[in-house]
Amino acid sequence: MKKTGAQIVVECLKKEGVDTLFNYPGGAVLPLFDELQDAPFHQILVRHEQAAVHAADGYARATGKVGVALVTSGPGATNTVTGIATAFMDSIPIIVMTGQVPTLLIGNDAFQEVDIIGITRPCTKHNYLAKEVRDLARILKEAFYIARGGRPGPVLIDLPKDVIVDSTEFKYPEKTFSRGYQPTYEGHSGQIQRAVNLILKSKRPLFYIGGGIISSNASKELTLFAERLGIPVTMTLMGLGGFPGSHPLSLGMLGMHGTYPANMAVMESDLLIAVGSRFDDRVTGKIESFAPQARIIHIDIDPTSISKNVRVDLPIVGDCKRVLSRILSLLEEEDVRSFKESLDKWYHQIGKWKGLHKMDYQQGEIIKPQYVIEKIYELTKGDAIITTEVGQNQMWAAQYYPFTKPRTLLTSGGLGTMGYGFPAAIGAQVAFPHKLVIDIAGDGSFQMNSQELATVSQYQLPVKVIILNNGYLGMVRQWQEFFYGKRYASSSLEGVSPDFVKLAEAYGAVGLKATRPDEVIPTLKKAFTIPRPVIVDFEVDPEENVYPMVPAGEPLNQMRLV
Amino acid sequence: MRHVITLLVENEFGVLARVAGLFSGRGFNIESLGVAETLDPTTSTMTIVTRGDDQIIEQVIKQLNKLVSVIKVVDLIDKDFVEREMVLVKVSANAETRGEILRVVDIFRGKVIDVGSKTYTIEVTGDEKKINALLSLLKPLGIKELVRTGRVAMVRGSKTSTEPS
Repeated sequence: MKKTGAQIVVECLKKEGVDTLFNYPGGAVLPLFDELQDAPFHQILVRHEQAAVHAADGYARATGKVGVALVTSGPGATNTVTGIATAFMDSIPIIVMTGQVPTLLIGNDAFQEVDIIGITRPCTKHNYLAKEVRDLARILKEAFYIARGGRPGPVLIDLPKDVIVDSTEFKYPEKTFSRGYQPTYEGHSGQIQRAVNLILKSKRPLFYIGGGIISSNASKELTLFAERLGIPVTMTLMGLGGFPGSHPLSLGMLGMHGTYPANMAVMESDLLIAVGSRFDDRVTGKIESFAPQARIIHIDIDPTSISKNVRVDLPIVGDCKRVLSRILSLLEEEDVRSFKESLDKWYHQIGKWKGLHKMDYQQGEIIKPQYVIEKIYELTKGDAIITTEVGQNQMWAAQYYPFTKPRTLLTSGGLGTMGYGFPAAIGAQVAFPHKLVIDIAGDGSFQMNSQELATVSQYQLPVKVIILNNGYLGMVRQWQEFFYGKRYASSSLEGVSPDFVKLAEAYGAVGLKATRPDEVIPTLKKAFTIPRPVIVDFEVDPEENVYPMVPAGEPLNQMRLV
Repeated sequence: MRHVITLLVENEFGVLARVAGLFSGRGFNIESLGVAETLDPTTSTMTIVTRGDDQIIEQVIKQLNKLVSVIKVVDLIDKDFVEREMVLVKVSANAETRGEILRVVDIFRGKVIDVGSKTYTIEVTGDEKKINALLSLLKPLGIKELVRTGRVAMVRGSKTSTEPS
């Protein structure tokens, strides 16, 4: 039977198991929206296209499924770029469908025309301009396959108006054929055996895990592995939740704002087992002095991540989950026993570091942001999905909330996108209507996508936004304090932000505010029990800094501790 | 170090931009580039000459492999290979120099493919060394214009570098 392009898109989305779309309509995609009117998807109308993509991204991170956003051509398409780049840097599987002017007008500077394929080429895993309706089914099939395969990532499909109006015989391709895209899932068996040998010979081993643990759903295997051999684990921001932060073997996050024991362990380790991590500059500090004593095993599905920044001794290209299981299955009980016995000195050293320079703050008259985060953890017992904005709020969330489960922290790690947390929370809340979803925000970041208050009100999504309101773009201010002689150029928001309580109320959400430390717990409790969207404005210490801090470009053991 | 990279790619719009974007996005220069369809009309080959240290080239090759539209990437520098380039040179020619130009062209096994009242247009094929040698001889005689195709290259012997593996 013949189907229109719009009908084909709907059929393909159904076949791919899509249940939710985050969208914003416009002229060029109206035929598709018209078709969607009767389609069985949960459709969330956002208030800005950037938020549609972040919401699809939040949905994808929280569920592990592919998130889908649909917007119109021109400005609708360009507004998605930040969201796409965010998902690209953090390897999040999303499909972004953009409207496009009719094929005959492409290149003519038509109304709301933009070359979104050209614009997004460097920040998508792949993108497609559907030039003919008969290509649509294949393109959609491939797009989903590519988005979720290998190292996941965003795929954009540009849909010219005539292509979604035209009809063709619809046949859903059961298989994808892509000779240029064949990710390696199984690690090389020789390399895996070498890894076993290296591990058993090491005296000061350390796992350094990243977001790949979460995208390959390898937390269980990693935890088994670490426990069986007694190897301590440090996580990147993206890896938080990939290993329980409350586990005795956890050293917490490493890097610029990493913990003292994590950074010291990296500097002293003789074997670093990097799994699904990519040696980002915020993690390594000065690259030449990163893990100076260590041999490095690097397990990653993306060959381009290996030996990009740091030369590794033993690369294993493959899926983290499968490779970890394989290594684990090759370990002999006897070897494991003698290996574990040899780690006593290492544990002793780590125990010493753990005792020194604990993450700490003094809760006085003014609310400390760290205190708020700790109380959120205590009240939720870690059973919540946390999103963050970017900056101090994000780092305190990473430091003071010990994420115990994967997919419970949704944060923009690679791109560092302010304004990510709130729409991402929308995506997570849509995916899990009965879970507590909390956006840990700053007064600056929240305002980058605060228009989405309309969305949470419209759909009564009970997202909680906790604003750590310090009246500054806090991380910028912190850098200015440390490195620019306390000249706070363009970083103060004091007295110029809206009244967040009134703002919430104006949109039909609930607004709460607290200024004293003793109000923190009751306010949070209240916020968590109201079954509606809530904005909480916590007036926190304006000049609190994130410690420890390794200044950019310094070795990891050069931490500013206070 | 100089590298000659051959790519087998999907013959579709936008592939050149993806490949070129990979270089430009990292600030690498492409010294020479040749693209054309293969016997199979769904694929094309690209020959790219670039320079960079080993780590950069390793990263470039991995990134090229990662592109969905790229089917195969081979760095010929690790292999025994032949390379050729064709140049068209328009040289000033007068009564005094015509003989000399023809001799040079003959030595380099080139051809005069167009004769004007004041110019010869010459076609020569060869590797980089030969082309450069020719140009250095013609330069004093007055090169008015020069167009080069960019390098094409192939491994020696019965092996092929652009068969999909």
